[in-house]
Amino acid sequence: MPLPRLIPCLDVAHGRVVKGVSFVNLRDVGDPVELARAYSDGGADELVFLDIAATPNDNETMVDVVRRVADVLAIPFTVGGGIRSVDDASRIIEAGADRVSLNSAALATPELITEIAARFGSQAVVVAIDAGDGVVHSHGGRRATDIPTVPWAAEAAARGAGEILLTSIAQDGQRSGFDLVLTQAVRDAIDIPVIASGGAGSAQHVAEALRVTDAALVASIVHENPEGLPGLRRKITALGIALRPGGQTHV
Amino acid sequence: MSEVVVVDYGAGNTRSVCSSLRTLGYESVVTADPAAITGSDFVILPGVGSARSAMTHLTETGAASALAERYAADGPILGICLGLQLALEASQEDGGVKGLGLVEGLVVRLETARIPRLGWAMVEPWNEAFYFAHSFVAESPHSVATSEGLCAAVRHGSFFGVQFHPEKSDVAGLNFLDQCLSLA
Repeated sequence: MPLPRLIPCLDVAHGRVVKGVSFVNLRDVGDPVELARAYSDGGADELVFLDIAATPNDNETMVDVVRRVADVLAIPFTVGGGIRSVDDASRIIEAGADRVSLNSAALATPELITEIAARFGSQAVVVAIDAGDGVVHSHGGRRATDIPTVPWAAEAAARGAGEILLTSIAQDGQRSGFDLVLTQAVRDAIDIPVIASGGAGSAQHVAEALRVTDAALVASIVHENPEGLPGLRRKITALGIALRPGGQTHV
Repeated sequence: MSEVVVVDYGAGNTRSVCSSLRTLGYESVVTADPAAITGSDFVILPGVGSARSAMTHLTETGAASALAERYAADGPILGICLGLQLALEASQEDGGVKGLGLVEGLVVRLETARIPRLGWAMVEPWNEAFYFAHSFVAESPHSVATSEGLCAAVRHGSFFGVQFHPEKSDVAGLNFLDQCLSLA
C-alpha cells in the first residue's frame, strides 16, 4: 500500500477560505492560494477544497481559485461542491485540480460518477459520503436519505469512483476521534481507498484512523494551528504511522 | 534551452506540469504540433486520461509519428504516468490499446489490494517518496526503478518514463524534473 495520507480540508465560499483558519504569519488568512502554499510547505500530502456556498453563479469564481492554486501547488488537490455535470468537472480539472469530489450530485445522478471516470479516469473521481445513523445524508449533511451507507459506497465504487471520502456527521466538529467502526465497515466492503473524515482532535485520533484506512481528512485541528502541521506529522509518525518522509524536510 | 513541449492529447490537466516547469525556470508550450515535437530540446508526454482516447488523439494530430521520429533521432522525451504507458508496445486498458511502441514493454492492470493505487510511495533505488495515481502499470525489461515491487520508471535510449507524477510530488518531484531537464 502507498503511505497513509494526511489531508487538510479548506472550506471555501465565494472564492475565500472560511471557518476559523488562524494562521498568524499570513497577510491574508482568507486567501486559498496562501493557505494552500502554507499547508503544502507544512508537509500536507494532499489538499481538499470544498466550495460550501456553491451556487451556479459561483462556478467561475471556483474555477479561478483552482487555477491560482494549481499555479503554486506541487501536491495533489481535490475540489468539491457544486459539481453537477461532466462539464462542471471538466472545468475544474482543466483548471488544474487533480480530482473532483461529488456528493449530492452523485446521489441524484449516479451515472455522473461513471461519466467523469470514463473521461478522466477513476483516480479523478472522489465520492463524498456524509453518513449518519446508518444512512447517507445529502445537501451538506442536512437531509437524510433512505440510502444505507455501506451499500452506497459499494455502488459508488462499482460505478467508477476512485476513492470514498467518508464523513461521520455525528463526529464532525466534535474533535473526539474518527468513527473507526463506520470507516472499517465501508473500507471492508469496497476495494478502492477510503479517506476518513470527521472527528480529528489529536495526533492520536489521526493515527488511529490511519491504522484502519488509507487517509485522514483534518480541518479545525490544523486550521487553529496551521504552523503546527509539521509537529502534528511528527507526532503521528512517533505513534508508528509511516507518513511520507519528504514532507518534513523543507519546513 | 528552447520552450519545453508538453504534448497535448486533449485530456485533463497539463497545467500542473507547466507550473512546475515555470517554477524551475523553463518556459513551456502545450501543443500536438508535429514540428514542435520534433524541433524542441525537451518533450514531455503528460499523463491523465484514457489510453485509447490519448492514442487516437496522438495519431490523428500526427503527434504519434513525430514522437517516433524524435525518439529515433535521440531527442529526449519524458513520459509521465499514462505518458510512460503510451510509449510501450500495448496496454490492456480499454480492452486493449496499441501504444507508440518506442520502448519494449506492456501495460497491465494492477493487481494490488486497492485500485486505483493512490498516494505517496517510496521509489527504489532512489529512496524518495513520489505521488502515484494509477490503475495500470508497466512491465518492461527497461524498468530502472520500482515502488512496492511495481515498475516506477522505464528508461531506454532517449526515453525516460515515470509512473508517478513528479509535478505533484512536491520537492522530490521538482528535483527530479530539474535533473531530467538539466541533463537534456
